[in-house]
Amino acid sequence: MINAEVIIVGGGVIGSSIAHYLAKNKVDVLVLEKNDIGSGASSRNGGGIRQSARDLREMPLAIHAVKNLWPYLSEELGVDVEYHQKGNLRLAKNNQHLKVLEKIVEHGQSVGLDLKMIDGDQVKELCPFVSHEVIGASYCATDGHGNPMTTTLGFYKRARELGARFITGESVKSLIIKKGKISGVKTLENIYEAPIVIVASGLESRSIANTAGIDLPMQKVMLEALITEDQSPMFSQMIGTAASDFYGHQTEHGSFVFGGMTGLEPFDSQEENAVTRNIAAPSICRAILGYFPFFENVKIIRTWSGFLDEMVDHVPVISKVEEVPGLILACGFSGHGYGISPAVGQLIAQMIVEGQPSISLEAFKYDRFKPRV
Amino acid sequence: MSKIIGRALKKDDFVEMPDDHIIICRCEEITKGEIRRAIYEGMYTMNEIKRYLRVGMGLCQGQTCNKLVKAIVAKELGLDMKDIEIPIPRSPARPIAMKAYADDGYMR
Ligand SMILES: Cc1cc2nc3c(=O)[nH]c(=O)nc-3n(C[C@H](O)[C@H](O)[C@H](O)COP(=O)(O)OP(=O)(O)OC[C@H]3O[C@@H](n4cnc5c(N)ncnc54)[C@H](O)[C@@H]3O)c2cc1C
Repeated sequence: MINAEVIIVGGGVIGSSIAHYLAKNKVDVLVLEKNDIGSGASSRNGGGIRQSARDLREMPLAIHAVKNLWPYLSEELGVDVEYHQKGNLRLAKNNQHLKVLEKIVEHGQSVGLDLKMIDGDQVKELCPFVSHEVIGASYCATDGHGNPMTTTLGFYKRARELGARFITGESVKSLIIKKGKISGVKTLENIYEAPIVIVASGLESRSIANTAGIDLPMQKVMLEALITEDQSPMFSQMIGTAASDFYGHQTEHGSFVFGGMTGLEPFDSQEENAVTRNIAAPSICRAILGYFPFFENVKIIRTWSGFLDEMVDHVPVISKVEEVPGLILACGFSGHGYGISPAVGQLIAQMIVEGQPSISLEAFKYDRFKPRV
Repeated sequence: MSKIIGRALKKDDFVEMPDDHIIICRCEEITKGEIRRAIYEGMYTMNEIKRYLRVGMGLCQGQTCNKLVKAIVAKELGLDMKDIEIPIPRSPARPIAMKAYADDGYMR
């Protein structure tokens, strides 16, 4: 049996970030990961670090992360997380698209975000490669992108140097509760004990929480992505569309990472594993070419997929569980957890070390889901 | 199922080797020394090394260097080659132009 002050279940970007900020505060933390570090959504995502188009509940976390954490993260971790703050363009081709964007802009401006509508010419000035069909965009100059793989492994590496312990290949089967409080976790072969357990296991958080009698309205959605061969530097913004058919950016080594939606999610796939299907990449390619004809002859070298842990209201659960003292949930990031991962780690560490996070997490409680009637 | 691996820090400092300058991943120009250091820094699986350094993420997708990287991991961590998993191969097998990929019959 192994003991720690805090056990984290899941070595994705969220679990590794929490481990980093706890270890920095000299907390004895143990991370249990069933595969290898970052093998879930954290190594499969599009790298978008945005505040724009977020639910207002998430906005304080996103703004804090962009202002105070992302700019210094590479230095703090000693690993280049390839953070670039060169803005986010969400493109429109028709009036219906413009209407969608105007709502997003109004929404963002209401909390003071530097977000505005720009016209087709202004888009072309920022990003000369867009098609002539683009008539406008929303533009958030303080959004950006990073490298999710080096971010996740960077949190892991630094946390490990600061004394956090990690064990991979350990799949947690259930939470252990003694006298009404959390006392540890059980894996196939072992028992690990700690008075605080944080469930940051992505999709599997639901079944793990279930072992303590807690359920979450979360479902699995598979999303696909692809990467091109290297190109010389073309543009540095994060790109999205009002139609939500694709998004992407150019990475530091020159490849473009693109992801997209066929519009059939989440009903088109019940896959057990993150496979790629033959309808997704072609759909993403058609979407890209509709906005960037330039890419016609650019080659794709790799495709992959990943799962979202989608909450019914598309906002995560970052919360203590009142019925089970010692149990904390950090899951359900619903497809946009990478951008706020440093803030989530820092705030949960504050919750444990100082008793109170510096930004309220009230909006992310596990018991906010109520039936309609 | 993955094997259980503890990730405790190494007690000794990283030791450089005379052949650390040899290029292992030719597509991404990554040396043996960089791979050895990544392992020292805690990247214990081929997937983690790939994500950390881009080994095997270039045009050949690791078809050339996977074996070499595997041998380095085996040596550094004292493992048997057959116990080390290589990264999952990804489609397409060869690079394909975007316009060819887009043309699957469902037209815009
Ligand atoms: C294609 C795609 C594109 C995306 N694009 C963006 C983007 O542009 N911007 C953005 O902000 N976000 C994006 N996201 C979302 C983002 O990737 C996730 O929100 C984020 O990675 C969540 O991190 P996590 O640590 O909670 O989850 P994960 O990375 O899934 O980590 C959970 C970990 O827990 C482990 N685990 C599960 N069960 C157990 C168990 N029983 N015992 C032990 N360990 C267990 C898993 O193996 C996994 O490593 C995207 C996601 C996908 C799939």
